[in-house]
Amino acid sequence: MSYLNIFMSKDRIIFVTKEDHEAPSNAELIEDDPNDPYEDHGLILPNGDINWNCPCLGGMASGPCGQQFKDAFSCFHYSKEEVKGSDCVENFRSMQECMQKYPELYPQEDDNDSAPSGGADNAPSDSVPTSSPESTPATTENPAAS
Amino acid sequence: MFKCKAVWNKLAPLVRASSTLCLQNARKSVLRHGRRLEMVQKAQMSSGPAGGGGENTLYYVLVGATCLGTGVYAYRTVSGDKERYNERMIDLVNRPKQGPRAAEAVTEVVAGSKEEPVEEPTLTEAPVEEPLVTEAVVEFTESEPVTEPLVEASIPEPTVETLVTESVVEASVPESIIEVSVTEPVAEAPAVTQSEEPLASVVESETEPTPVIITAHVPEASPVSESAAVSEPAPAAEPVESTAAHSDVPEHAPYLLIGGGTASFAAARSIRARDPGARVLIVTEESELPYMRPPLSKELWFSDDPKATETLSFKQWNGKERSIYFQPPSFYVSPTDLAKVENGGVAVLTGRKVVHMDVRENKVKLSDGAEISYEKCLIATGGVPRNLQVIDRAGEEVMKRTTLFRKIEDFRSLEKISREVKSITIIGGGFLGSELACALGRRSTDLGLEVIQMFPEKGNMGKVLPEYLSNWTTEKVRKEGVNIIMDAVVKNVSYKNDKLEIKLKDGRLIETDHVVAAVGLEPSVELAKSAGLEVDSDFGGYRVNAELQARSNIWVAGDAACFYDIKLGRRRVEHHDHAVVSGRLAGENMTGASKPYWHQSMFWSDLGPDVGYEAIGIVDSSLPTVGVFAKATAKDTPKAATEQSGTGIRSESETEAVAVTLKAETTAPPPPVQQKEDYGKGVVFYLRDNVVVGIVLWNVFNRMPIARKIIKDGEQHADLNEVAKLFNIHED
Repeated sequence: MSYLNIFMSKDRIIFVTKEDHEAPSNAELIEDDPNDPYEDHGLILPNGDINWNCPCLGGMASGPCGQQFKDAFSCFHYSKEEVKGSDCVENFRSMQECMQKYPELYPQEDDNDSAPSGGADNAPSDSVPTSSPESTPATTENPAAS
Repeated sequence: MFKCKAVWNKLAPLVRASSTLCLQNARKSVLRHGRRLEMVQKAQMSSGPAGGGGENTLYYVLVGATCLGTGVYAYRTVSGDKERYNERMIDLVNRPKQGPRAAEAVTEVVAGSKEEPVEEPTLTEAPVEEPLVTEAVVEFTESEPVTEPLVEASIPEPTVETLVTESVVEASVPESIIEVSVTEPVAEAPAVTQSEEPLASVVESETEPTPVIITAHVPEASPVSESAAVSEPAPAAEPVESTAAHSDVPEHAPYLLIGGGTASFAAARSIRARDPGARVLIVTEESELPYMRPPLSKELWFSDDPKATETLSFKQWNGKERSIYFQPPSFYVSPTDLAKVENGGVAVLTGRKVVHMDVRENKVKLSDGAEISYEKCLIATGGVPRNLQVIDRAGEEVMKRTTLFRKIEDFRSLEKISREVKSITIIGGGFLGSELACALGRRSTDLGLEVIQMFPEKGNMGKVLPEYLSNWTTEKVRKEGVNIIMDAVVKNVSYKNDKLEIKLKDGRLIETDHVVAAVGLEPSVELAKSAGLEVDSDFGGYRVNAELQARSNIWVAGDAACFYDIKLGRRRVEHHDHAVVSGRLAGENMTGASKPYWHQSMFWSDLGPDVGYEAIGIVDSSLPTVGVFAKATAKDTPKAATEQSGTGIRSESETEAVAVTLKAETTAPPPPVQQKEDYGKGVVFYLRDNVVVGIVLWNVFNRMPIARKIIKDGEQHADLNEVAKLFNIHED
């Protein structure tokens, strides 16, 4: 049972038990338009392109090696080979070369060969806590999250 | 010719007026006389075309007076105009400009003003002399050839160059100037190469000597030259520095970002992501590279690392260390290399403030005189902490012991002070004040530090959280070791016996060693005047549209932007995530996206390491709210449970009684009673016209997307409990 507190004031408080909230919600939410031009998209845009501005990429596309990263990752993304990205070795090599010049920015980890995971690894360490990866700011700043 | 035209322009309406007056007079007289003539048969052919003696004279007097008046008025207006024109010209050329440009303006002055007898001879010579003079300025040639043209040319000639400093009207003054300009280089023979430069800089930038020079007459030339020579060594040093400083300032930046904070960095990143090879220049007043602000009042204080204040590194939730700087220095390109580097980059120009913005010419001027032209500009100047008027007026001793907390240096200084003094008082009960109070409170036992927090509201976050949560928060802050004084309006702060004495309006007196004022942010809108940008009177900040644009090629983001939110209306938000979101959006729009503010930013706050909340939208305690909380059971929030274990068990068994007591307790204001109610986890909806415009997630995490969706929908929900179900507050 839930207990309702009706104040004289403008602030209402409702206390609910777990059972109270067991039944699925009947609140109506508007369906999202996948082609909404205003909406922030994830890594891949509706038209299939890569969203270089995705916060998930961190600073990868904007740093000194941004161009090499974009080339390598685009090649990988559009690669139609059986082993995806096998035709992009050159791009990845030049990207790695560039990154080696900036060890501070791109800490040399063993799995630097694969751009997405390398990017993902680097992203949390040097990215701005943004709202798109929801958990990051929530839990970055809230050690209480357990 | 100009004079005639001006005169004619002024006279024409008057002429018309007086002629109509004459005509009317004539008609009247004719009519009158006509009637008279009918009546009086005697033909009186006295003087005047209209006939009729007395009236004739009156008529003539009237017309005469009108013409005279017209003449006087016209003369006065024209001479007034002339004066104003001259003053304007002086203003224009007196504005500190670089040599060549000043010379150009001067040429215009010379070409434009016809009234000057001085100008006549210079008209022909000026264009010829200009390039010589300016070349000398630019190329640092010997002083001799430079002074020669000055000496050779007719007396008015140097006025062309030195017109920069003096009134165009004063013909006698130029003589003294020549002497000054001649004596100076001679006197400064050793500093030959610099002589032209210092002279230029003296005449350009030092407005102080110019009135001296203007008023000096020929006999006084020597003292003038002396005083000018005295001021010489000082500006002589300046040009060396300023030229050195100027050299690292690029002249042009395709993307110019004013301000080096969170919004600016987010925009830089966005621009670089969308425009390959973009060259972005960030100009910041601070001496630091872009950094994030939240850890300055949170994580950095909780860090166990004693070196945290130096390295500014903190531990994230996932255990990883990171610095507050967004990127290490190697990420950035140096400003001098910005134009040359192959794939473009982001350069940061530190320690420079943009003081003037010329929107027509698309360029800005820095505090050191350098100018940068741009194609697209972002203003992300943020703000400066507000101070209490009583502290402002209280004198230096009080100001020395007051911290306005915002930047890295404030954090370092406060951290040091917290280890030295015995008592710190924080004025302000909002986010910053409460966070600092908690941070300092935690250290209070170790350091033997008394931490006091005072504010005019009834509880911490009184303007943000509904009363019951505000009271709960206040209790929490108290538990961190802070002595909270509510309903405190500061009336007076004074320095007595090596202590600060704060007097409140209700008479209470608080003694403390140091004060931290956290009473809000004043958005920095100093560029509004020169750039002609609108400033919002309700919220402060630059007024921009939904796409964060102030004018073509100018965008504003971050704390300084008062923007139109499509869903929630016009607002100005001072949170970190908003700076990121708006900076990113501005960057997108600067690269052609034309997107409005759509992705709702969120914010969060930590009240010590145990309790935190996240919020989104308009979170204003004056709005009606509906809070849905998980009933506390013994299992929930183990940490909180240790403090309020009695409550948890009670509420399970004594259901009916609790309902009644709840009602009674929660309606009572005093905080100790509220303590029994555990608002451990829950969701609070803020309503405006029955639509949810703001949501606070109280100790529930990772649910922000749902909250964002609800606000985006903007629907009127009949039962908010159903909406609350979407959040699954009972689960972790």
